Amino acid sequence: MKTLAKYAIPAAILCILPFLIDAAFGKTWVRIVDFALLYVMLALGLNIVVGFAGLLDLGYVAFFAVGAYLYALLASPHFGLHLPFWLVLPLGAFAAGLFGILLGAPTLRLRGDYLAIVTLGFGEIIRIFLNNLNAPYNITGGPQGIDLIDPVRLGPWSFGHSVYAYYFLFLFFVLFTAFVSTRLQHSRIGRAWIAIREDEIAAEAMGIDTRNVKLLAFAMGASFGGLSGGLFAGFEGFVSPESFNLMESVMILCMVVLGGMGHIRGVIFGAILLSVLPEALRYVGPLQQSVFGRIYIDPSSLRMLLFGLALILVMLMRPAGLWPSPTRKRELSAKGETARHENTNVYDAGR
Amino acid sequence: MPDARLLEIENVSKHFGGILALTDVSLSIEKGEIYALIGPNGAGKTTLFNVITGIYKPDSGSFRMEGIDLSGKKPSMMAKSGIARTFQNIRLFSNMTALENVMTGRHCRSKSGIIGAIFRNGNNRTEEIETEEKAMHLLDYVGIRKHADMLAKNLSYGDQRRLEIARALATEPKLLALDEPAAGMNHSETDSLKGLLERIRSDGITILLIEHDMKLVMNLCDRLAVLDFGKKIAEGKPGDVSSNPLVIEAYLGGS
Repeated sequence: MKTLAKYAIPAAILCILPFLIDAAFGKTWVRIVDFALLYVMLALGLNIVVGFAGLLDLGYVAFFAVGAYLYALLASPHFGLHLPFWLVLPLGAFAAGLFGILLGAPTLRLRGDYLAIVTLGFGEIIRIFLNNLNAPYNITGGPQGIDLIDPVRLGPWSFGHSVYAYYFLFLFFVLFTAFVSTRLQHSRIGRAWIAIREDEIAAEAMGIDTRNVKLLAFAMGASFGGLSGGLFAGFEGFVSPESFNLMESVMILCMVVLGGMGHIRGVIFGAILLSVLPEALRYVGPLQQSVFGRIYIDPSSLRMLLFGLALILVMLMRPAGLWPSPTRKRELSAKGETARHENTNVYDAGR
Repeated sequence: MPDARLLEIENVSKHFGGILALTDVSLSIEKGEIYALIGPNGAGKTTLFNVITGIYKPDSGSFRMEGIDLSGKKPSMMAKSGIARTFQNIRLFSNMTALENVMTGRHCRSKSGIIGAIFRNGNNRTEEIETEEKAMHLLDYVGIRKHADMLAKNLSYGDQRRLEIARALATEPKLLALDEPAAGMNHSETDSLKGLLERIRSDGITILLIEHDMKLVMNLCDRLAVLDFGKKIAEGKPGDVSSNPLVIEAYLGGS
């Protein structure tokens, strides 16, 4: 009975959520929530690389691009191919995973800042390739991108442009990626990832083949990105290199760090917060209008200003993230315990 | 008669730039003994350790474990081949619990991959349960079972040393290499460490030990070698070595 309540109530809420949002704020907001779900998938993927294995990746959006473009190329009039969704999506995840290994292999010896620079370069390379592969043969459509991408279709039923249908599709994949992440975290492989994050030399000395395990982390993380990319292409019906710039990578990294690196629920929370918050801050303009009668500060610049301020404040006050893992919390309370203990000892010594 | 030699090191040399850290060091360690490596600071003890655990590749020379040449292999291969180690400066996985640290040590003796982890099939479940049971047993063995759920970095110094030993034992080594396990310990901690090492030996694991605590070394080890400026200057039973004039000179400074 208890487990039923534990799962049934959240499930019911998630099922009626898009309709409630539509009723309260309009369809635009359902669309924003759909995008938030895509970001959750991306953040969970990046969390494997950054949060678990501790490999700082600043070019993560490249894998999102690989998944999206593969979908666009194989299911649009661009090449006249119209492969079904259930085939293209896993292909996209698989291709992104291969790209993950491609990025991982030359960077195995790098850590921290150096790795960040190389991955940043990798992300840009992919974007620039997509931007320029329209001559002499038009492969990616260049800066114009690819449009008229087939919407997701399951059997005879097309998702069309229904924000509700995509909501449930994305929700399914979010639950899937969260499930896989959780299972991986508490497994032999997950422990090896975390061990590498904690101390790579010790991990290697304990018999962990750090090369393979790191490549596995890159491939797993990237395939989540590819999955999300495929869904994005089907949802938007249009892809162009612009959607895959450095800012996107930085944004996804912010979601992971802000939510609580390595903590799956925290990362999900961070992703939802950071994808919804900038949209919510759009209302700052109309708000000024109604309070002061005119707009003092341009809302678009104020939006990013407030957003940056929020990030700085959170990092100052909660460096472990908004929702850190219970272990992290225990670590803090344990420190408190030691401090109390030491204080009593000092007190005893003073008597 | 079966070959009693477990690890044979032959003419291993290693230099860093112009510094000869090891010059033609040869020694052999027999099964079931506690073999100590002593020498002044900078004598090359840790370098030799790093060579046989794969962190450094030797410039020349080789070493064999039960007759199999392992020189120049990766550290993870050394662990798989049965050489486990601890570090001079403790290198635990700080933000993992004590139990998780030891479970991680079982990595090379288990084999579930991604698929097993996601679907949690029968094999994977049995293996996870076994991993956890063995890890718990090892925590008990080194005497820190009650701290199983504490983060490694919150353990006391002595317990961290013990945890490192438990983690190394989890790889099911034939040779346990300990780099200054008693460093920073007080008398009673050193005594209980001695008890633990004797117990490990009696359970059939050979121990290679670097240690500065002479009282501990002389009471504990079966044989020892003395390194000075990267060369082996003496080898033998504790009593013989401590009266060797070369050793006395290396430690006290010759005229």
